[in-house]
Amino acid sequence: MKDVLVNVENLTRIFDVSKPWLNRVIEREEKKTLRAVNDVSLEIRRGETFALVGESGSGKSTIAKMIVGLLGLSQGKIDFDGIDLSQPDGAEMRALRQRYQMIFQDPFASLNPRWRVNKIIAEPLRQFDMESSESDRNRRVEELLELVGMSAKDGVKFPHEFSGGQRQRIAIARALSSNPEFIVCDEPTSALDVSVQAQILNLMRDLQDELGLTYLFISHDLSVVRHMANRIGVLYLGRLVEVADGKELFRNPRHPYTKMLLNAIPDLDMTGRKVAPPDGEIPNPINPPSGCTFHPRCPIATEQCKREIPPIRNSDAGSVVCFEAVCA
Amino acid sequence: MSDTLLSVKNLVVEFPTRRGILTAVDNVSFDLERGEVLGLVGESGAGKSITGSAVIGLIEPPGRIAAGTVHLAGQRIDNLPSEKMRRIRGDKIGMVFQDPLSSLNPLYSVAEQLVETILTHKGISKKQARDRAIELLDEVGIPAADLRIDDYPHQFSGGMRQRVVIALALCADPELIIADEPTTALDVSVQSQIVSVLKKMCSEHGASVILITHDIGVIAEVADRVAVLYSGRMAEIGPVRDVIKHPQHPYTKGLMGSIPTITQEGDRLTQIPGSMPRLTDRPPGCAFAPRCEMAMSACHHSHPSEENVGTARVACHLITKMGAVA
Amino acid sequence: MPMNKETGKKMSLIVRILDSDIWYSFTRSKVTMIAALITFLIFASALFAPIISPHNPFDLASLSLMDSLLPPAWSAEGDPNYLLGTDDQGRDVLSTILYGSRISLTVGLVSVAFAAVLGITLGLIAGYMGGRVDAIIMRIADVQLSFPAILIALLIAGTVNALAGGMDRERSAFTVLVISIGLSFWVQYARTVRSSTLVERNKEYVQAARLIGLHPFLIMLRHVLPNVMGPVLVIATINLALAVITEATLSFLGVGIPGTQPSLGTMIRTGNDFLFSGEWWITLFPGAMLAILVLAVNLLGDWLRDALNPKLR
Repeated sequence: MKDVLVNVENLTRIFDVSKPWLNRVIEREEKKTLRAVNDVSLEIRRGETFALVGESGSGKSTIAKMIVGLLGLSQGKIDFDGIDLSQPDGAEMRALRQRYQMIFQDPFASLNPRWRVNKIIAEPLRQFDMESSESDRNRRVEELLELVGMSAKDGVKFPHEFSGGQRQRIAIARALSSNPEFIVCDEPTSALDVSVQAQILNLMRDLQDELGLTYLFISHDLSVVRHMANRIGVLYLGRLVEVADGKELFRNPRHPYTKMLLNAIPDLDMTGRKVAPPDGEIPNPINPPSGCTFHPRCPIATEQCKREIPPIRNSDAGSVVCFEAVCA
Repeated sequence: MSDTLLSVKNLVVEFPTRRGILTAVDNVSFDLERGEVLGLVGESGAGKSITGSAVIGLIEPPGRIAAGTVHLAGQRIDNLPSEKMRRIRGDKIGMVFQDPLSSLNPLYSVAEQLVETILTHKGISKKQARDRAIELLDEVGIPAADLRIDDYPHQFSGGMRQRVVIALALCADPELIIADEPTTALDVSVQSQIVSVLKKMCSEHGASVILITHDIGVIAEVADRVAVLYSGRMAEIGPVRDVIKHPQHPYTKGLMGSIPTITQEGDRLTQIPGSMPRLTDRPPGCAFAPRCEMAMSACHHSHPSEENVGTARVACHLITKMGAVA
Repeated sequence: MPMNKETGKKMSLIVRILDSDIWYSFTRSKVTMIAALITFLIFASALFAPIISPHNPFDLASLSLMDSLLPPAWSAEGDPNYLLGTDDQGRDVLSTILYGSRISLTVGLVSVAFAAVLGITLGLIAGYMGGRVDAIIMRIADVQLSFPAILIALLIAGTVNALAGGMDRERSAFTVLVISIGLSFWVQYARTVRSSTLVERNKEYVQAARLIGLHPFLIMLRHVLPNVMGPVLVIATINLALAVITEATLSFLGVGIPGTQPSLGTMIRTGNDFLFSGEWWITLFPGAMLAILVLAVNLLGDWLRDALNPKLR
């Protein structure tokens, strides 16, 4: 029944954050490393939206970049439609690249400011030799512009002539131009104003229905994630602490960190509920706490949590990485 | 209703540009009671930060206040010479900005910065000032304040730095605090901590706050009243609960509907078509008319005046019309 | 109105230039406009020197030693034929200046182009590739930077001249000058381009290009290069002035353009010998020309730097 499109196993990424060699020798310092992503396994099913939520330093963007090949893996394996992404080369890799795309966070940085919009959107077409003639390419670009709710005439303009929301539409058009099945969306609306965010989120959902896309949706905003995702993974300091079905995570959060995040969401319904703000801040990922990295902020931490890393506990509703959480 | 601390009337802020004069804030009026938290919300470019800067006399030339008045505790402050205004800012106004590092001097320890600020405003001894500083840091929730006070800004985490900035803003016991996007740079879980500190400090110190943010969630948590700005103009102002639950202006309605919430049902968010006009080509009538589903012909020709509707004040022809009918 | 596509494109380019902030800041600065006018006049007169100059200083047949060392036309012994006087060989100083600035500017432009191409290429590669390639290129640049430009130029010019001792010096002088000035200037381009490349490389539009598997060479050429050219333009302008001065200095020191086809620097050197015997005009007029040219170009460069810097707007 499960039709897995992307399968990620034991993904780990270690960054070298040491000072330059000469400084290390003189100051007698050890090499320093940062485990940005630590042993993350997840699967993304065809046609769904899988969301990764987490705060800064949780490794969510690092995972996104590793999946699309912008960053190398330190350990682990990524399968795309059954093909190990580290294996193929040349033509096979080119064919694979055509099948996934990415939408970036900052629409002001994701479009080359010196290029006209139609050249930007046509770049993947050119790269993958998708439309044989110049006029076919132009027609396809016009189609794409209209698909994302812009006018075909906008193609001759430069990116700076558009607002943030329109630029993000252009970025989406570029991502769609090679007819991908899978799109990684790295905080696609966090640089936009709320009223524009709603437009972009609605557009992304419509496109998903229309084109049967699979999304990996990265965000720090739980309300946005709830609106978009079928399944949600919660990251804390590079580890996946909980995975659950979208609505279930909000109805019945199990990991104490998930609960903390839910509590921190502002009360827009003006119910007047009073909740204590969460304790503490995210520790420095270069020197993370022992055992379960969440234990210094966790209200239910025990001695065991300080010493040992909790195992993944699976259930029908998803999985959670915690000794104490009630797994119903 | 009588105890008004700040009164802004028909404020107009202009920036001359090569393409003519750009009116960044157009005829904005509001009052702020003592001890009240007023939220200023709007999208980027709506003029909320410029309104805040204009109130405290920090508009960068060539921008200028072209019309309107600002009274602080009965004294007119918008036309004061800059030296005098600087003194008023020091004595009566505290400031908290988005980037805590811009308010803190990296070369001095937190103790030095706090103590110096306290000493310039209060005739007390250095020892007393230090004790007061520790007390303030403790109040804003910095653990082991007596030890950490001698640390430098870079030794604090982002959330702790913002707490230090809040303590610094409170040093002179200001009557007014301007907080411009104080939580925007912070993580979600830290944001709500800062929001609650801000809230607590204002009520304990009796300061009035203008909270400028694009995040309606933050407003909902802290503010007593909220002013919604659109394209440099006031769309709606009223008690926060009423504006959020029962918005009157079509823009506010659309804005509230476009925010995904964790209790909402249904798949689609309400969306407002288009985007806010650039300040250089604002339409002739109501600035929101081109995006408004309910726009009438009047909306495209004349700018609506502000009318009282229940507890709120709204600038919309629909309201005016209904008021006339009723 | 029927308009073909090509004119349409050209029209829109002109409209874009006239509408741009840079043009606006240009029209707002009188100093810049004057500097631009002077630069333009000097370039034009250098370009059209054979047409506008009253005499041909290189035509040995037309020279007469009888006319040598004549003072400017307005002094008592002056000859109205020779407005700014003549030098020791009887060449008209005005004509020699026009021809000389032609040589000076050519050396300046070509060596700036050479330095820019070399520096931009190495800077792009260093910034984009990073790691060991970056370290090697930038260490070479550091070493290069620790020698004064004039020293490097002297070294190269001296070496080449010694090696090519038998060769026709008049022909090799130009190449030697261009290479030695170019080699001493490339570091600035490389450093600037490298640091802008480091910024651009991490921008999302470059990542989007990497994502579809575009070759790094094409990413550098199509995406990064156009976006790092702004500061390069500023450096190139200011460097043009510097290159002209360096050329003059080298020629003055005798390792540059030989006296038979004098550049401005060569003229200043020849004139220098006559300064104490009272023939001031031979060195003063080329010197003034050089100073005006360098000042005008520098002012243009300063303006360009401010106009392209969004923080100063």
